[in-house]
Amino acid sequence: MSVDTTTVKKIAGLARIAITDDDAARIAPELDNILGWIEQLGEVDTSGVEPMTAVIPNVLRLRDDVIDADPLTGGGKRDQLMKNAPQGEHGFFTVPKVIE
Amino acid sequence: MADLTDLGVAAIRDGVRLGEFSAVEVADAFVVKVAQAKALNAFLVETPDHALAAARQADAARAAGEVLKPLAGVPIGMKDLFCTAGVATTAASHILEGFVPTYESTVSQNLWDAGAGMLGKLNMDQFAMGSSNETSAFGNVISPWRRSGGSNADLAPGGSSGGSSTAVSARLCPGATGTDTGGSIRQPAAFTGISGIKPTYGRCSRWGTIAFASSLDQAGPMARDVRDCAILLEAMSGFDAKDGTSLKLDVPKWEHGLSSNLSGLRVGIPKEYRIDGSPEEIDALWQRGIDWLKDAGAEIVDVSLPHTKYALPAYYIIAPAEASSNLARYDGVRYGLRDLPEGAGLQDMYAATRADGFGAEVKRRILIGTYVLSAGFYDAYFTQASKIRTLIARDFEQAFTQCDVILTPTAPSAAFALGEKSADPLAMYLNDVFTVPSSLAGLPAMSVPGGLDKQGLPLGLQIIGKPLDEQGVLNAGLAIEERAGFTARPEAWW
Repeated sequence: MSVDTTTVKKIAGLARIAITDDDAARIAPELDNILGWIEQLGEVDTSGVEPMTAVIPNVLRLRDDVIDADPLTGGGKRDQLMKNAPQGEHGFFTVPKVIE
Repeated sequence: MADLTDLGVAAIRDGVRLGEFSAVEVADAFVVKVAQAKALNAFLVETPDHALAAARQADAARAAGEVLKPLAGVPIGMKDLFCTAGVATTAASHILEGFVPTYESTVSQNLWDAGAGMLGKLNMDQFAMGSSNETSAFGNVISPWRRSGGSNADLAPGGSSGGSSTAVSARLCPGATGTDTGGSIRQPAAFTGISGIKPTYGRCSRWGTIAFASSLDQAGPMARDVRDCAILLEAMSGFDAKDGTSLKLDVPKWEHGLSSNLSGLRVGIPKEYRIDGSPEEIDALWQRGIDWLKDAGAEIVDVSLPHTKYALPAYYIIAPAEASSNLARYDGVRYGLRDLPEGAGLQDMYAATRADGFGAEVKRRILIGTYVLSAGFYDAYFTQASKIRTLIARDFEQAFTQCDVILTPTAPSAAFALGEKSADPLAMYLNDVFTVPSSLAGLPAMSVPGGLDKQGLPLGLQIIGKPLDEQGVLNAGLAIEERAGFTARPEAWW
């Protein structure tokens, strides 16, 4: 499997990162080299092995089903949330026009 | 009076309690040192007022005859990955420039609750992605160490917690926070001749810590010795309902439990960590470590971790995959940078913002992550890597039926010069060959200084423990520390 500039442009598009042709040409061999090195994982026989989902056995906790169960992560934080917005109006995040 | 900035965490805490000096005197001394060390570029933001306010509180509490908090009078440095309320937090990335959190991370809050004060926010590799601190958007951190023989080459302080390692080893703060995803506490500690511990995954809450790879990220302390690490880790750890992977366990009294008598302890030496072409000095260091632990009463056993060679490539699937998902949140809408080219639509704004905001290494990892998670490749890459992660954890489980802790070198070499490896991403990744396997298995692991190489640069030894056995790790670290007699420190040139 080799990574070419077309592939790099495609994944950059999926990752929403603008990329120039020059950048794609520079990055392609880098990724190809790294992914080529990663290929060695194919040598390992993993039949019957479960993929790891948690490093330390733990139970998933549920919070109480009430509003603001934890005041730090609960609601009523609109102004705090908006404080770092690059652009906001009337308590909303604003973005460029989405639908023509 | 001796220079207060020569004191570590325990000595400052005890001295303030006994009234040998005031907390404000300590904070003032460190604030001056920080301000004089701009050449190292260790701090992104200096917060002398925070440190002084905590110091005044400690002095007032002592004057009122109150019982002092565990870290009263101790000023520390805070890695810029931890959100700090009202203090700019960027993860050393342009994309978060101007971001001022309105909330405090659990780990930093725990430290303030314990009485510590903050000297400032520490530089790091951008989003904690790097092993040399060369990926920061705000310039390299320079190690305070120099090669012997008059070389003036700027050396890497390690990464990603390079601001932390530089600040502690240059005596700009007695202790600092770090975070470790694949070695980001241990490798910089080794490069700068200090100690650092990554606890078991889940000991320290991840809430309010900017995410890199959530199944691996763990906070931990970096300090000048093992006792100081134990004290700081006690303050940082603890259950937090706001982190779904936080462990609901009491925090052990690690400092109280410190003992360098290792009689009955079995120390495993994994043969797979002897790699071809590793410098002779690294092997010699490892042998000295073995001798020191024997001298402390431990029994040495050979163990095997057969999947070791696959840990690094598996890590470079899992960590970028998680990063590509975590970093999707930087979209130019809710916080941080927005780049809106003339006449651009929403999709163009996302792409322009992310192209402009992320550094080259961060983009590289997002692209790798996006690739390995994309349709058609997910099973071959991500699922296979997750299965190999299971096998790596199983290797450790089996080794721990024969031994209690494992001893290895921390890094395959001493600190390299800045620029020496930055052109070859793969060569840089290989720096974490000894630290990544225990990260994938979520195990506690620490680095302690073991001596100097021929060029006068520090080398570190790593101790890996069973899940939740930070005490065993700290105790073995203490036994090494007592025998290594590491007193070298960088000569101030900055």
